[in-house]
Amino acid sequence: MSHHIVEFKNVFFSYPDKTEALRDVSFRITHGESVGIIGANGAGKSTLLMHLNGYLMPSSGTINIGDLYLTRQTRQDIRKKVGIVFQNPDDQLFMPTVYEDVAFGPLNLGIDDSMVKQRVEYALNLVNCLDLQNKPPHHLSCGQKSAVAIAAVMAMEPDILAMDEPAANLDPRSRRLLINLLKSFNHSKIIASHDLDLILDVCRRCIIIKNGSVVADGQALEILSDRTLLEENNLELPLSLQKS
Amino acid sequence: MHMADALLSPAVGATMWAGSIAAIGYSSKKLKDNIDHKTIPLMGVMGAFIFAAQMINFTIPGTGSSGHLGGGMILAILLGPYAAFIVMASVLIVQALFFADGGLLALGCNIWNLGIYPCFIAYPLLYKPIAGNGHHLRRTSIAAVFGVILALQLGAFSVVLETLFSGKSELPFRSFLLLMQPIHLAIGLVEGIVTAGIVSYVQKARPELLEADSWSRPPDAGVSLKKILIVFAVSAVMTGGALSWFASTHPDGLEWSIEKITGKGELAGEKNGVTRSLQELQEKTAVLPDYNFKSDPKEKAEEQTAPSWPGIEAGTSLSGLVGGAIVLIMIFCVAFGIRLTRKKKT
Amino acid sequence: MTFDEKYYNIGFLDQLSYKKTFVHGLDARTKLIVTLLFLFTVISFSKYEITALLPFFLYPVLLLTLGDIPPGFILKKVALVSPFAVFIGIFNPILDSTQVTVFNGFAVSAGWISFFSIMLKFMLTVSAALLLVATTSFPGVCHASRQMGIPSLFVSQLLFLYRYIFVLMEETMRMVRARDMRTFDGRGKGLRVFVRIIGILFLRTVERAERVYYAMLSRGFQGDMPILKSAHIKPADIAFALSMGVFLFVCRFYRVPEILGRFAQEVFS
Repeated sequence: MSHHIVEFKNVFFSYPDKTEALRDVSFRITHGESVGIIGANGAGKSTLLMHLNGYLMPSSGTINIGDLYLTRQTRQDIRKKVGIVFQNPDDQLFMPTVYEDVAFGPLNLGIDDSMVKQRVEYALNLVNCLDLQNKPPHHLSCGQKSAVAIAAVMAMEPDILAMDEPAANLDPRSRRLLINLLKSFNHSKIIASHDLDLILDVCRRCIIIKNGSVVADGQALEILSDRTLLEENNLELPLSLQKS
Repeated sequence: MHMADALLSPAVGATMWAGSIAAIGYSSKKLKDNIDHKTIPLMGVMGAFIFAAQMINFTIPGTGSSGHLGGGMILAILLGPYAAFIVMASVLIVQALFFADGGLLALGCNIWNLGIYPCFIAYPLLYKPIAGNGHHLRRTSIAAVFGVILALQLGAFSVVLETLFSGKSELPFRSFLLLMQPIHLAIGLVEGIVTAGIVSYVQKARPELLEADSWSRPPDAGVSLKKILIVFAVSAVMTGGALSWFASTHPDGLEWSIEKITGKGELAGEKNGVTRSLQELQEKTAVLPDYNFKSDPKEKAEEQTAPSWPGIEAGTSLSGLVGGAIVLIMIFCVAFGIRLTRKKKT
Repeated sequence: MTFDEKYYNIGFLDQLSYKKTFVHGLDARTKLIVTLLFLFTVISFSKYEITALLPFFLYPVLLLTLGDIPPGFILKKVALVSPFAVFIGIFNPILDSTQVTVFNGFAVSAGWISFFSIMLKFMLTVSAALLLVATTSFPGVCHASRQMGIPSLFVSQLLFLYRYIFVLMEETMRMVRARDMRTFDGRGKGLRVFVRIIGILFLRTVERAERVYYAMLSRGFQGDMPILKSAHIKPADIAFALSMGVFLFVCRFYRVPEILGRFAQEVFS
């Protein structure tokens, strides 16, 4: 089952203004793995995520996603496999109603209207938001928006789910609901976050990025218990592991 | 200033709508063929930005009163004329629907007045030639100020003309003109300064956004001079042609039109001339020509009789008033009845 | 209105537009066409018409009551935009003082009649326009326009505009509040600060547009906005359109109040 493999090999990336954002990044994520990406602000987490669906292309090195090497030509197909949920749900819910937002992806995939309806209802049910389908996004609460944003991505039935700071704007209850939801997914999950407790809860594996390079890659529990390692990277122990 | 439905006649309203829709269609087509996909969300979000920006009041130096941004020119500078026009039209549509700012029928006038002049006349003919590639701050500032002033003067003049041709207001052409133009000169000056300020800020912060080949400009950045001259010519013909109609039926030209509007004695006969001209205009441009014909003889009859004879057909005879009162009472009862049944249901 | 007031104003109207009533359930195309016909009919009256305009109030009243829209809200909005019409209209009585006999020797200047006519038309047109959105929702009106021929590109970006108005207004409101909290005696509200605020908001807007575009790409966008199939026209729509059409026709070409008035006079004399 090599469809769901994500493999970065010696990836370098520089922005147009010459800042080097990724340096020699290599890792391999297999089907069903849940990986947390952590690091200081500006370390390169978001940049890394933007490579997952080809929005950014590496300056050198290769990226392999589910049997496809990332190139300008394969980008569109890769986008069918990788669903990315961003930090700010307002940036991702851009249609006039929830239904249209969640249907946007499937419609772009060329699926016909009746199938689209099924997908939308399935995705909204997954996040318990089916009753919101005719509402405009600006009538939703933060937690609801985040949930619908996830549904919008899930409706495309991606193999790999990537998320950038999923719990940033959520109140504790919504955050807990999100964590439970993520734990119930069997997809490969790649989650970039500062919320170390969330990572600890949801991810088995953890990668630390520092100045664009991978400085640690291993079991989440191990890495997140290593105080020295964390503090070297402008992080600290997850709250749940700190001595009370 | 925005044109209002109540001051508009169907002929003028329909004409301006036709013009605005044609312009929207043309701009959409032009954009579609040349554009980067990024532009659709960009235009929408930019429209929301202009809308929000228009809601901020700032105090005008020296006067203590407050003003706010129009936006056509700054949009043209930042997005190019076609995209800017579409965004302005959209903002006006939202204002009309949510704020009842200017009516829905007058929307056609407003889109033309506030969209065409800054985007397709002031920007290419005045701003671009003076400002060039936008690198010299002084040049862009001067260009912005003059461009905005020109656009607003043309817009204000159009409002006067539209009101005049609709014939619902008694305001004399000259007085209205003397009222509108100076006010908009002042407004234009302020908005021009603000526009220049924004351009210079963007120039310093993210100069690449102002480059000719940035995301939203069609590859043939700027509109070709030939096309602009065509638009200019058409505008000139429309205004000039209409005015000359008046002139041809009445050699005194403007003096005559002023007299006519202030309701002096020689009205009855002259009104025939006016309605005849208007009828011709309606014939040529009306969207629903049959409908206009029907209403026209009625209008003629009423306008003829109104000022000259007592007991007129304005519906202000006694039976009319009594009936009017009955109608209002009936409507009130309908409303009340519906509300009662609703309350019972819930 | 201050910024805050305008924001809540739009928000309130927007909330109303998503209610579930009979009127809200009618197809957007029907309401759009009927409203446009209504407006056209109203402004086609001569400038001295008064009583024949009165029956037309039935249309906004119907929408208001059937659509559960608070009348006070609509009246307030009409009043708010009236100054312009009053300002221009008031010149009519000033300039047109030809006397006209109203009835039984009671005379009034024609100028006042035309002024009153303008105000009536104003109230009718403004309330009809507001009630269109209040009973249809802005996206509904947009989709209807597209189905009736307005270019797709235009409608798509109009929908984006609507979607982000509230987001941008909130962002703007935060900046304006921050400005206002640090200004005293009107200092600091001048042009320079305004330009700065606008400049920052503009750049943030561009960045947001880039993020939205990225989100669209991530969900498969390739240049054309996907369009959902529209709902069918129902019998209720046809009934509504036809009855309104007849109503408009009758009230335009027959002097309903006078007929009723004469009838009443005969009955009571």
